[in-house]
Amino acid sequence: MAEMRQPIESGAPDPKQYMHPTMVKNYGKWIYHSHPKPGVLFHQAESGDKIWTVKAGTQRQMDVYTIRKLADIADQFADGFVRFTTRSNIEYMVTDETKVEPLIKALFDNGFPVGGTANSVSMISHTQGWLHCDIPGTDASGVVKALMDDLYHEFINCEMPNRVKLSTSCCEINCGGQADIAIIVQHTKPPKINHDLVANVCERPSVVARCPVAAIRPALVNGKPSLEVDEKKCICCGACYPPCPPMQINDPEHSKIAIWVGGKNSNARSRPTFHKLVAAGLPNNAPRWPEVGEVVKKILGVYKADAHPWERMADWIDRIGWPRFFEKTGLPFTKHHIDDWKGHRATLNQSAHIRF
Amino acid sequence: MAKKIQATPMLDQLETGPWPSFVTGLKRLAKDNDMMVDLLGQLETSYETRKGYWKGGTVGVFGYGGGVIPRFTELKKDGKPVYPDAAEFHTLRIQPPAGMHYSSKLLRDMSDVWAKHGSGLIAFHGQSGDIMFQGITTANVQPAFDELNEMGFDMGGAGPALRTSMSCVGAARCEMSCYDEARALRTVINNNLDDMHRPALPYKFKFKFSGCPNDCVNAIQRSDMATIGTWRDNIQTNDVHAKAWVNKNGMEALVNQVVSMCPTKAISLKKIGEAAKGDGISTVAVNDTHCLEIDNHNCVRCMHCLNVLPGALLPGKDRGASILIGGKGVLKIGATMGTMVIPFMKLETDEDYEKLNELGRNVLDFFAENALEHERTGEMIDRIGLVNFLDGIGLEVDPNMIREPRNNPYFRGDDWDAEVEKWNERQAG
Repeated sequence: MAEMRQPIESGAPDPKQYMHPTMVKNYGKWIYHSHPKPGVLFHQAESGDKIWTVKAGTQRQMDVYTIRKLADIADQFADGFVRFTTRSNIEYMVTDETKVEPLIKALFDNGFPVGGTANSVSMISHTQGWLHCDIPGTDASGVVKALMDDLYHEFINCEMPNRVKLSTSCCEINCGGQADIAIIVQHTKPPKINHDLVANVCERPSVVARCPVAAIRPALVNGKPSLEVDEKKCICCGACYPPCPPMQINDPEHSKIAIWVGGKNSNARSRPTFHKLVAAGLPNNAPRWPEVGEVVKKILGVYKADAHPWERMADWIDRIGWPRFFEKTGLPFTKHHIDDWKGHRATLNQSAHIRF
Repeated sequence: MAKKIQATPMLDQLETGPWPSFVTGLKRLAKDNDMMVDLLGQLETSYETRKGYWKGGTVGVFGYGGGVIPRFTELKKDGKPVYPDAAEFHTLRIQPPAGMHYSSKLLRDMSDVWAKHGSGLIAFHGQSGDIMFQGITTANVQPAFDELNEMGFDMGGAGPALRTSMSCVGAARCEMSCYDEARALRTVINNNLDDMHRPALPYKFKFKFSGCPNDCVNAIQRSDMATIGTWRDNIQTNDVHAKAWVNKNGMEALVNQVVSMCPTKAISLKKIGEAAKGDGISTVAVNDTHCLEIDNHNCVRCMHCLNVLPGALLPGKDRGASILIGGKGVLKIGATMGTMVIPFMKLETDEDYEKLNELGRNVLDFFAENALEHERTGEMIDRIGLVNFLDGIGLEVDPNMIREPRNNPYFRGDDWDAEVEKWNERQAG
């Protein structure tokens, strides 16, 4: 057997070798930006150098033909350099303003919508789903494709009060992250345990330790060491499933979808916030999840009409209050909206403040 | 020419509509790639049954203990994979250039490697910031990695390990940048690669680097140690840009969208000549008669006014970063936000970056020694308290670390005088 090749532990590469030369030249020396139109940013450096950025949406999960097409567009229209944003949008930088419109046209002509800047709805930050995850309750790329088709107009235009960031997650671990609107699988039944497999597949003490509500305990079932779940305590979070696949939490019927709003990581105006539950029990209705799209569009429509300029979803709700949010969106308010997790009393209205 | 693609009536419905379709991309690959033919078959089955069919396992490259996400199909009939050419469909997590910059040549070179060894499907990028090369057999993992590694790219993190990091566009193209984000990322990550490539931590550990409090890479919610740019001195101003903005948007917009939305009421509209002067005050003329007066000592660096008035207001010149510890996702105690442990540190000189590197190493070491199995840093602090954590990494308490002091009497205070003495000494020093 040939000698194995030792890896070169080079770590994160220096970006300057792949960076637009005008960005290298003016690194750390930018002094101004503006937003000429949806999908286009303009930046100016201390030196007087100018650069235009054109942002376009991608499907994130890209075949090499799509990637080569994006590279061709970079060479033909945009100096041969690109970068990706954290939401999988691609950005082309040009130093010649006359290149902006042909670049926009080339992107649209090849199916890449130009937009996602400033007060638009940007691409959805998402996970792997059925395509590649080992514990998915739903798909990710498909949900995102269906939703972005619905929200296409809001991506290529800037008509929202402030920027809107969305995420989807195919289980409650929420790899998609916090967002103005987050779409997350919510299981509604305890795991179904295959007791024949637990002893061989699962490290039982660590599975017991994973449960946030201490509902799992070791048990002998049919003479075999296994685990059992106190179904009255179980909150159906699915935390036991990754370390113990025989505790199947995914259910085609009972794994539902919940909608959360008001997450924000920026410090602008209010402190960063976590998103809050507003709807649940929506069906996991592949391939286009129309019920989810309806709720998302309803919330966005009310926000668009009612929020003041620069108010993010969280800022808007903070101003109008939660009762009015439920009233304006028409979403039902249930006992499940009232938190009962650790620290929950801080989320209650500890005042006589009421809006009539 | 690959084998025949079976009917995919469910996935076909994701080829309609204006947004780019990943299904169209999968089908394009499947024309000459049996792995993608079978991947489409399994994915269509998932859409029909609403179930996932992948399980993990152990696949890696020589010399490393992590970075490959193994996937073996569980969709079997009589013990045999229904879609044998996608029975192994692993992912390589590869660290991107900091800030996610690419030349067209680099994109083509990466595509060529993946078309040769893998499925031809690449995600730019995963939620931790990796380039995800998706779909490869166990046998091809090593040669694919070798080629990417020779191109200057290294494996990312997976499992209980230091994870691949992210930094914002920052200094490369943003006037809000308060330090060299890419340099900070590469300093901290590339000095701790052993913890990435040989997973031995209690659980995952993430660093993220945002150049200002807009926090475009979501460091506060998604990283165990967040480095977020900020500045100590006064906001810089530019009358030309401010007047142009007001000329275009009007005085009402300035009042309603800037003055009224300042969270600490640190901005006032004043007649020119009547604005306060002196330490901590910035003024910027918005027309011939009026100016904004900013009380910088009461500004919390939220970024709102800078975002609304680009160029007219800019971060000060005395720039650096705040460090926040303990951000994480849901499991197991609920999502936790990073909390302030260092209000300000300079990030200019080699020594400054070395200090950041030492801090990162210190926090990693404390985490490695004190966290329980499968416990994130935020959960550990939840369990032991912030003061014990600060003691452990050698940081002094600071009122910037809290939103408010404790509201219960349940502490043992017989060392009160000694603690007061420490505070007085630090204030005098």
